[in-house]
Amino acid sequence: MKEQDKNPIKIANREALIGVILVVFHFIWWFAFAYGLGKKEPAEYQYILGFPAWFFYSCIAGIIIMSILVFIIVKFFFTDLPFDDEEFEQS
Amino acid sequence: MNLVASITLFSSVAIIFFIGLLASRTTNTSASFMEDYYLGGRSLGGFVLAMTMTATYGSASSFIGGPGVAYNEGLGWVLLSVIQVSTGYFTLMILGKRFAITAKKYKAITMVDFLKERYQSKWVVLLSSFSIIVFLFSAMAAQWIGGGRLIESITGLSYHSALLIFVLTVLIYVTFGGFRAVTLTDSIQGTIMIIGTVILLASIIIAGGGISSIMANLRAENPNLITPYGADGSLSPQYVSSFWILVGVGVVALPQIVVRAMSYKNTKSFHRALIIGTIVVGVIMLNMHLIGVFARPILPGVEVPDTVIPLIALEVLPAWLAGIVLAAPLAAIMSTVDSLLLLVSSTIVKDVYLNYIQPTASKKKVRTLSMTITAILGLIVYLIAINPPDLIIWLNLYTIGGLEAAFIWPVVMGIYWKKGNKYGAIAAIITGFSSYILFQAVYPEPFGMHSVVSSIAISLIAYVGASLSLRNKVL
Repeated sequence: MKEQDKNPIKIANREALIGVILVVFHFIWWFAFAYGLGKKEPAEYQYILGFPAWFFYSCIAGIIIMSILVFIIVKFFFTDLPFDDEEFEQS
Repeated sequence: MNLVASITLFSSVAIIFFIGLLASRTTNTSASFMEDYYLGGRSLGGFVLAMTMTATYGSASSFIGGPGVAYNEGLGWVLLSVIQVSTGYFTLMILGKRFAITAKKYKAITMVDFLKERYQSKWVVLLSSFSIIVFLFSAMAAQWIGGGRLIESITGLSYHSALLIFVLTVLIYVTFGGFRAVTLTDSIQGTIMIIGTVILLASIIIAGGGISSIMANLRAENPNLITPYGADGSLSPQYVSSFWILVGVGVVALPQIVVRAMSYKNTKSFHRALIIGTIVVGVIMLNMHLIGVFARPILPGVEVPDTVIPLIALEVLPAWLAGIVLAAPLAAIMSTVDSLLLLVSSTIVKDVYLNYIQPTASKKKVRTLSMTITAILGLIVYLIAINPPDLIIWLNLYTIGGLEAAFIWPVVMGIYWKKGNKYGAIAAIITGFSSYILFQAVYPEPFGMHSVVSSIAISLIAYVGASLSLRNKVL
């Protein structure tokens, strides 16, 4: 397999970096919707499926989007490494 | 006393308990008792890994304490809690493959093992063992109390009898079962948790006449309940955001999580765990805290916040179903307690005793000692839990923060920064640990944030500063 030629440390570093980018994106999404839409007077709130819009986007949609993103990233960007490989342990 | 609910509750717990004991019988076959008892032989699959992370992390504070606060604070507290979803992917991604590779190379069984091999320093080992023991003791007490409270409010037994029942159950199976038993039962408990919270949330929405009507009721009572700012408007954006650190990214440094990130079988399980973990944590956190908020219009005037969840379950569900659903939080608490107990016991036996007191102890002696210490620890925590404070969540968040401040840099930088050395690690543990306790005691919210943020910042400066300035010294 082609992946095994790559340096496992580089692969692992890249994947950790993806984790950082994801968690920052998540934070911005969560914060921006919560306080962007939530700072209005409660009387002016719009509602989606019964929830205030800020809550729906920030919390409910946020969780759904993160789950989908994690799924896509893991499926397409994460590499399988041989773990039990003896020679690999020595590297 | 609710007889039917008690019966179904205890039957569910008994089934879990039975499986734990069955699993423990298969552990005796493996070659290394230590690796097996404390790490399940490094062979966890993806589903089990995701579930054991979730079940360990989703403890009394997410099932009992957190929803209780959400009951009082409204949607603002749900907002603060759902950021915990990031633990589902971030912790595993950051520790990731490099950590598993390194841990395997070092033959590390505990987080302290990893630190010991990485930094080659006795003081790092002793300091980290000390911090783990101090903070996890209070974390365990928090879980004990949650379990006791839960059994108390369902069965109507006195708190003391309830606590005793809970402690005995946990002690028996964790003492004999070890890590594999714990992770296997974690999977069952995790499954019960998800199904349980979904059923409970759905029943509450029906009982409250739909989401719109619940929201209208909340708004009529106090419009702040449906804003992000909390019931009296005191949840500031910077305070809420600091929980992104405390219960989100900082979780990467919790020893009970770290140990799980070195226990998976291969990268396939790791990938699967990332996906399952994110979804599961998301569903559980959102549901449990929403249940807390939605309970308010249906069941006004609950005085002890920790009892909101059991009371609302008994209110909206038929008794037999309430018993089974409440097995979910009880299961969560049990699995957290198990892992913590194992962790503290492994710290004492493996990290301190085998390293510095009696390195040549026989296998049989180590086994007896591991089990004895696990049991004794449980009893000590029981004594602490007899006179409990009301809000479990406070105790729990307190200890989480302390561990994060002490360990986040020694672990993360230890993996990714070559120049990090033992001086940095020692400095980070000491400053993180002591500044956190100091902040908590005299100035709990620097810059309007939870004190963990400042302590983590101080600890980072200490780590980098000491690593760079002392790197050429030979002590």
